[in-house]
Amino acid sequence: MSRRQVLLIAIVLLAACALPFVVSSYRTFQLTMALVYSIALLGLNMLTGYNGQISLGHGAFYAIGAYAAAILMEHFGWPYWATIPVAAAVCLVAGFLFGLPALRLEGLYLALATFALAVSLPALLKYHHLEPWTGGVQGIVILKPDPPFGLPIDADQWLYYFTLAVAVLMFVLAWNLLRGRMGRAMVAIRDQHIAAEAMGIHTAMVKSMTFGISAMYTGVAGALGAIAIQFVAPDSFNIFVSIMFLVGIVIGGLASISGAVYGALFIQFVPNIADAISKAAPWAIFGIFLLGFVYLMPTGVAGAVRMAVARLTRKAHNQPKS
Amino acid sequence: MEALLHQVLAGLATGGIYASLALALVMIYQATHLVNFAQGEMAMFATYFAWSLINAGMPYWPAFLLTVVFAFVLGVVIERVIIRPVENAPVLAVVVVFIALLVILNSVTGWIFSYTIKTFPSPFPAEPIFGNYITSHGGGAIGVTLVVLLLLYLFFRFTPLGLALRAAAQNPDSARLVGIRVGWMLALGWGLAAAIGGVAGMMVAPIVFLDPNMMGGVLLYAFAAALVGGIDNPAGAVFGGFLVGVLENVLGAFVIGNELKLAVALVLIIGVLVVKPSGFFGKVLVTRV
Repeated sequence: MSRRQVLLIAIVLLAACALPFVVSSYRTFQLTMALVYSIALLGLNMLTGYNGQISLGHGAFYAIGAYAAAILMEHFGWPYWATIPVAAAVCLVAGFLFGLPALRLEGLYLALATFALAVSLPALLKYHHLEPWTGGVQGIVILKPDPPFGLPIDADQWLYYFTLAVAVLMFVLAWNLLRGRMGRAMVAIRDQHIAAEAMGIHTAMVKSMTFGISAMYTGVAGALGAIAIQFVAPDSFNIFVSIMFLVGIVIGGLASISGAVYGALFIQFVPNIADAISKAAPWAIFGIFLLGFVYLMPTGVAGAVRMAVARLTRKAHNQPKS
Repeated sequence: MEALLHQVLAGLATGGIYASLALALVMIYQATHLVNFAQGEMAMFATYFAWSLINAGMPYWPAFLLTVVFAFVLGVVIERVIIRPVENAPVLAVVVVFIALLVILNSVTGWIFSYTIKTFPSPFPAEPIFGNYITSHGGGAIGVTLVVLLLLYLFFRFTPLGLALRAAAQNPDSARLVGIRVGWMLALGWGLAAAIGGVAGMMVAPIVFLDPNMMGGVLLYAFAAALVGGIDNPAGAVFGGFLVGVLENVLGAFVIGNELKLAVALVLIIGVLVVKPSGFFGKVLVTRV
């Protein structure tokens, strides 16, 4: 990373830290959810953007993470922070296992299989033999954690900082992963899987591992989201959660880390504005934006930002020295 | 045994509806090698159109025919305007466009007609047929599916347009060389698929009631049906539809309970895709590396 980028990230982080003190507690909650979504989008982007495996079912892993956190807190009395690694581990395994049969599916068919997973998920969560654990249709209500060590902030603000810390950790890990051997292998498989194999990349392993890691990210987001919303129920994890994630990565920018943040802000705040028009408006707008971005700006907001920056700096370089 | 027979017949009735929608999916797959995720929402939209006609006082069958025409036009327009620009785009772009179409149709319908659940009339008499084994609507739905299949068969087998459509799907380049307008044939395929979907929508609406999300589960069963039968084989899709309907009902009633019915579709979809992607009657695809 260049020095300018480091500086930019530092400024963004500082601003993110200052935000809860200048906005209302409801806005703080919304920002927390935006952070949660950014983690989920990062996970989906690894799979779909970098590795080229289309998933229309990441809402399922989001749900598994959320339920893992809720069940551990409700039935085992675990503290909220301890549920995150467990949710991560559960989703890593679930994603890896789903990734194994997914190896045989390409493009459209993988989309189909994951779509089926997402559509049938609420019904699976309502299954009555699981009801002692999942609470059936009623779901599980969990308590909002209090800030520790007697910090002089309220619960919303604490949760925001907690989520921010997790998000920063996840983003650093993702950045590290994607610029290393694994990340290059992922992109190589997406672009030319036969050539990648010929170069000695273990395609099957990398693909199912990517599925696992991607699910792990989404699961962590699910756990954080459940803690922030304080409630999990089957019908809040319908197909539209998965579609929302797809909207997020397409609009934020495929195969881009910063795109996850743009996408998360979009899916969190645009419905808020659009809700004023009609209950149906957010989704109509999501749909129209999806079409618009696919036709006009396939690299998403991140691509647009990249292009704008490149153009501006080039102009600056070209200016005659006085 | 009595109960089993009952479930099998009920399964055949719902299977007829899955079969129609699966047939619509196969139509588009044959023409463009794409799986239309918005097929269910297109059908739902057409069904709302029928509902407004009937509500405005039109008798059932004229409304039915008009809806089929409307769905056909809708399909053609969607292909020409929305799908055409991504014809040669990567799979991801196409999937995203289908999903966009799905949410737009869903939300626009909710916007126009509200999300409250509506009842939809059945054209068939209320009393059951065959001594209580099957509702007359169920029997009617099976009949309608078979009629649609027969019409399609006659169309593809005996009309010049049907032949042109088949040619365009099988070998676009050669078809173009002999003067077939391949682009319009694809649009025609979409129109036909949308019309068949509209029929499926009108058959399923009296059972599940009319609401913008009514096709979610049905579409999943239709996917399963199309895959089981072989996604490029119309007769296979119909067979798959009946099979999935029966399996869903019998397993739901006796083995796994009603809650897990949708899981049957999930397991079938993933199972078929992993074990035998060509289904029972599909062509086995061999790709050169």
